Amino acid sequence: MYSFEPNEEQQMLIDAVGKYAANDLRPAAHDAEESRELPKKLVSKGWELGFLQASTPEAYGGFGERSAVTGALALEEMAFGDLAGALAVLTPSLFATPILLGGSEEQKQEYLPRIVGGDWAPYTAALMEMSFDFDPNALKTSAKADGDNYILNGEKIFVPFAKDAEALIVYANLDGVTQGFIVTKGSAGLSISEEREKVMGLNALPMYRVKLENVSASRLGGASGHDFELILSAMRIASASAAVGVARSSFEYAKNYAKERDAFGVKIAQKQAIAFMLAEMATEIEAMRLLTWEAAWKLDNNKDDAHIAAYLAQTGAADMVMMVTDRGVQIYGGHGYIRENPVELLMRNGRGFSSLLGLVIL
Amino acid sequence: MTIDFETPKPIAQMQTMLQTVAENMMRTTSREFDENEHAIPWGYVEFMHTAMRSMGGGGGLTVTDDKPKEGAEKRPPIGYQKLAAQIEMLSWGDVGYYLITPGGGLGAAAVQAAGNAGQKAKFLARFNDDKPTYAAMCMTEPGAGSDTSAIRARAVLDEKTNEWIINGEKIFVTAGDKSFTEYEKLGKGFVVVWASIDPSAGRSGMRAFVVESGAPGVKVTKLEHKLGIRASDTASISLVDARVPFENILGSPTVEKSTTGFKGAMATFDATRPLVAASGLGVARAALEFLKEKLKENGVEIRYGLPRQKLSNIEREVFDMEIMLKSSWLMVLKAVWMADNKKPNALESSMSKVKAGDVTTKVTQKAVEILGPLGYSREFLLEKWFRDAKITDIYEGTGQINRLVVARQILGYSGAELR
Ligand SMILES: Cc1cc2nc3c(=O)[nH]c(=O)nc-3n(C[C@H](O)[C@H](O)[C@H](O)COP(=O)(O)OP(=O)(O)OC[C@H]3O[C@@H](n4cnc5c(N)ncnc54)[C@H](O)[C@@H]3O)c2cc1C
Repeated sequence: MYSFEPNEEQQMLIDAVGKYAANDLRPAAHDAEESRELPKKLVSKGWELGFLQASTPEAYGGFGERSAVTGALALEEMAFGDLAGALAVLTPSLFATPILLGGSEEQKQEYLPRIVGGDWAPYTAALMEMSFDFDPNALKTSAKADGDNYILNGEKIFVPFAKDAEALIVYANLDGVTQGFIVTKGSAGLSISEEREKVMGLNALPMYRVKLENVSASRLGGASGHDFELILSAMRIASASAAVGVARSSFEYAKNYAKERDAFGVKIAQKQAIAFMLAEMATEIEAMRLLTWEAAWKLDNNKDDAHIAAYLAQTGAADMVMMVTDRGVQIYGGHGYIRENPVELLMRNGRGFSSLLGLVIL
Repeated sequence: MTIDFETPKPIAQMQTMLQTVAENMMRTTSREFDENEHAIPWGYVEFMHTAMRSMGGGGGLTVTDDKPKEGAEKRPPIGYQKLAAQIEMLSWGDVGYYLITPGGGLGAAAVQAAGNAGQKAKFLARFNDDKPTYAAMCMTEPGAGSDTSAIRARAVLDEKTNEWIINGEKIFVTAGDKSFTEYEKLGKGFVVVWASIDPSAGRSGMRAFVVESGAPGVKVTKLEHKLGIRASDTASISLVDARVPFENILGSPTVEKSTTGFKGAMATFDATRPLVAASGLGVARAALEFLKEKLKENGVEIRYGLPRQKLSNIEREVFDMEIMLKSSWLMVLKAVWMADNKKPNALESSMSKVKAGDVTTKVTQKAVEILGPLGYSREFLLEKWFRDAKITDIYEGTGQINRLVVARQILGYSGAELR
């Protein structure tokens, strides 16, 4: 049966996250970006909304079941507030969700209650590498079996909160297949850059470079490993729903501005050139939102084409968010180019979706 | 309720059945009726009429919803969803044929939206008769397309005979010939003609009139030769002192300040726009499937999951087409799901049409481009689908007009504030 209506619990979550996004994240976004600093309180307030906690079964200290659909709904709302803030709030999921999806019973018991039961803490993951054609299924970072453990070598980029991380999942190439490995703080051979990564947007999110020289790690899921594709699809759907949120933010700023700004004796929104851009922005946002929901639903329901759907949703949403955030700036005109106004940051953040992966997961 | 994308069983079954019809009855003769414009594929017309009657929908492609079996759990209505899926599948077969599926079409939709109970009883029953029967909608005029306020057709009441006298020139009437001209094999149809009863009142003066087949003073003056959808007749209808019984007016015979008459037409469009979108997407799906099939035959593999930097141009194009098509279909589903659940859907309806107009033209154009000579050759149906597709962005409100509707909705503007 087709339905496009979130259930009651989901609606409550959307409302709660939406409030936090509008009242807390959004007003803080500009200063956070400029000062390259997210207020601690802001992040912990987001954590207290309990998104990860509600996605973790009781057996591991949470109080619910994970659902990619619910995740997509919540993340869209949060990213609407501010992308860097949303990614920071959800960073512990980068570690916890893969464990939930692919970890052994022992790994789940060891880590999940700790993470979901406590305050926000820097658990993270390292997927990306510095190459123009970065491919999560063809990683350069390598893993070699060494008794019960594995030896990792390589270099990872854009790892959120790596500096203080208690533990992180490092994705590496094990005989041609990508697998996650759990690396703990202070492991021999693990070095984390002093300097934070400098990127075009997302400056409020502290990201670091991570070097691995013969680091010993345990494999996610134990000796038999895990299904990386499931994790990858969860990352893709997360990326898509965050893109929808960012696009919606730009659209809303642009729409409101267009109704205020006068030119040639009318509001600019009364000019078709502007109004049609807005109509197309709204249409494309809705199109990609629905595509993302469907992919999430397919993942939740183990449909055969779930991974293809996730891939297409990510690809489509990345195009859409660039188009929308570009137009957001265009509609503001010269004022859009000035950092005091919100739309240029959204454009910088919007461009990231085609390059970045693994900074968020549902 | 919770978010769900599982195709309801009745819809899935219907799709399987119609796919068989499409493959065995439409695709096989698509080319023939594309090349013999204005010829009528009677086989299809009669088969569909019999099939639809036996399904008990009151004749024609209408909103039908099977009652759940005795004792079964009550479920939300899916009539519009089913109709959209039917139209998509028939158009996947051949959109020209789909447009001549017997039934009331836009004419009946206008009666449905603006008629009273007596009128509905009188005019809508005929689609279930023995013979296939048609109805059509006459809004457009040579000087009035998108701008329907420019309609010049006039209706004046002759108080002596209690008849409306209508004068006007209507063009581009889909199924106008089958609705108005008397054919041996067809039942008595009608056209719904939009005319003003008070030109000084602008849109508030606009009314729709049911003009029955064979009415005096009314003539089909031309059948258009078109880029595509050639199996579908597009008629010009002239009305010269045409006489129509008083009771054939849909809506009030007097003009108040309100715009009730016209709102009827607009309500029709809220309901039909996602259906037109669905039709276009059927064509687009046919084109994309054909493209993928030919690529496969030629040893071109489509690899999902790679970063874009590692994709071939063809792969990127195919993914973009899939993204467009899938998301556009979801927008149609959402709009009709809202209609089924009585949620106001003017915005979603128009958005689905904006998107489908774009997607249908882009997907078919790209498919022809990618397949080179195979795309251009009349040996295959792809070039026909490219021609058929373009109408999606034109009728039921052009892409621009639907953008206006969407923009007004999101900006909270009236027609005067954003024209
Ligand atoms: C095959 C076919 C079947 C049809 N079937 C029917 C039918 O059954 N019944 C019926 O009544 N009509 C029917 N039509 C008519 C159809 O709805 C009109 O052609 C359509 O609404 C456009 O009107 P027009 O052709 O006069 O173009 P115009 O209104 O002259 O438009 C020309 C161009 O200007 C643009 N434009 C117009 N106004 C604006 C504006 N305000 N802002 C921006 N751009 C604007 C349009 O988008 C278009 O690109 C059919 C047409 C065709 C081709």
